[in-house]
Amino acid sequence: MFRTIEELIDKATAENKAIADIMIEQEMEVTGRSYLDVYKDMERNLEVMENAVEEGFDGVTSTTGLTGMDAVKMKKYIDSGKGLSGDLTLYAIAHAVSTNEVNAAMGKICATPTAGSAGVVPGVLFAMKEKHDVSREEMVRFLFTSGAFGFVVANNASISGAAGGCQAEVGSASAMAAAALVEMAGGTPEMSGHGFAIALKNMLGLVCDPVAGLVEVPCVKRNAAGASNALTAADMSLAGIESRIPADEVVEAMYKIGLTMPSALRETGRGGLAGTPTGERLKAEIFGGQ
Amino acid sequence: MKYKSVFDIIGPVMVGPSSSHTAGAARIGLLARSLFGEQPDHADIYLYGSFKDTYRGHGTDVALIGGLLGFDTDDDRIITAKDHADEAGMHIQFIEMEEERSHPNTALLHLVKGSDRLTVEGISIGGGKIEVVSINDYPISLSGNYPALLVFHKDTFGTIARVTTILGGHQINVSQMNVARKEKGDIALMTIELDEKISQEVIDEVAAAEGVDRVIEMKES
Repeated sequence: MFRTIEELIDKATAENKAIADIMIEQEMEVTGRSYLDVYKDMERNLEVMENAVEEGFDGVTSTTGLTGMDAVKMKKYIDSGKGLSGDLTLYAIAHAVSTNEVNAAMGKICATPTAGSAGVVPGVLFAMKEKHDVSREEMVRFLFTSGAFGFVVANNASISGAAGGCQAEVGSASAMAAAALVEMAGGTPEMSGHGFAIALKNMLGLVCDPVAGLVEVPCVKRNAAGASNALTAADMSLAGIESRIPADEVVEAMYKIGLTMPSALRETGRGGLAGTPTGERLKAEIFGGQ
Repeated sequence: MKYKSVFDIIGPVMVGPSSSHTAGAARIGLLARSLFGEQPDHADIYLYGSFKDTYRGHGTDVALIGGLLGFDTDDDRIITAKDHADEAGMHIQFIEMEEERSHPNTALLHLVKGSDRLTVEGISIGGGKIEVVSINDYPISLSGNYPALLVFHKDTFGTIARVTTILGGHQINVSQMNVARKEKGDIALMTIELDEKISQEVIDEVAAAEGVDRVIEMKES
């Protein structure tokens, strides 16, 4: 069983396999299930993600009204052809927002690695589908690669906003997506590791400060940021740029930053944006009667 | 390692909005229900830390109720769990606690049905993953990944050996075991995680062993 990113990359490199294969093999070993069973389960998760994205583009609004309908705006904007960023980035933003709006509206999603950060990985993945017409199998494999990196973060640091802030959720998701994107684009396992490290480094210190404690503001927009950050990191890594700090040390840094973060900034809905005058006012409006 | 499967990371499929505060909460409710062995008539649910601060916005309350009703993380009925609880005659009370526990996402469930009572303390550690950290105030560590036996027994010589001998006699392999007690000589709790599910016959045999007070079976969730 791999415990670190270094071990994961070394194993993939030594056996001349993709990280997705290492993850699938480990899952088969740990659970005693067949390749087909494991693969099918992930394909089902992919279907849930697809349905969520479509639901968001049809337009959803949360019960509080704090979030919703922005995916529709983003889609219209892309269709107008006036977007400033490239198509891949625009699609990643749109799909990330769409998924997270559905999540905020208590719709059905697949946590990747959490629900609050569920837009990042599908955001990047479906952008690749729109723009580069990747196969179904490549998409499923993308999820296994993301999962392999997330697995190390979850075991060595944290993927919980209450424990480690938003860096542990959207930060982890962004790094997972960057690593998987590098692999999908033909990069080596080592390059995936650099993509992962660069993405996570750029998200270090990010606090979890949801207004009224709801997974809405700023979560939906942070998912868009996490998705575009993943593209930035993947492109840098594919260009041959390396992270000066090894991936495992970045994970450790993220963990330690989380430990020193005050509880007001760890999913309590007290500090940061939650504590702004507008944040407090929205909270009073939402829970005023309770 | 706390996370063992790739589906702990890419998953669970769930009703939003939070994997720790909604899906994890549902799983704590489900696991408590499984430990209790039936649906409670009444539950006092104590919420701590981030659970206390944000449960309304995250649907933590309805997810815990949903879990107690047997709803899984992806069951839409979680959203209307309060109505389902009313229909089922299950009464739930939430109590907000100021005290800090070992983990920011902690819920303590006190379940009642007739004269049966059970207190389960669960934590939600991220991405929908949970652990049970105490039962009736006995500290334990239980992931819910494997079937388990919880054996309350007198803290006297030989009880542990008698229980493990029964399991060994039925060729049941113990994957992990720990013993906790509050005070020396008092009632202690043996937590035994097993590789596979065991039959009622074996459970009855363990329950009848000298020194054993009560046995709770936890099925794989």
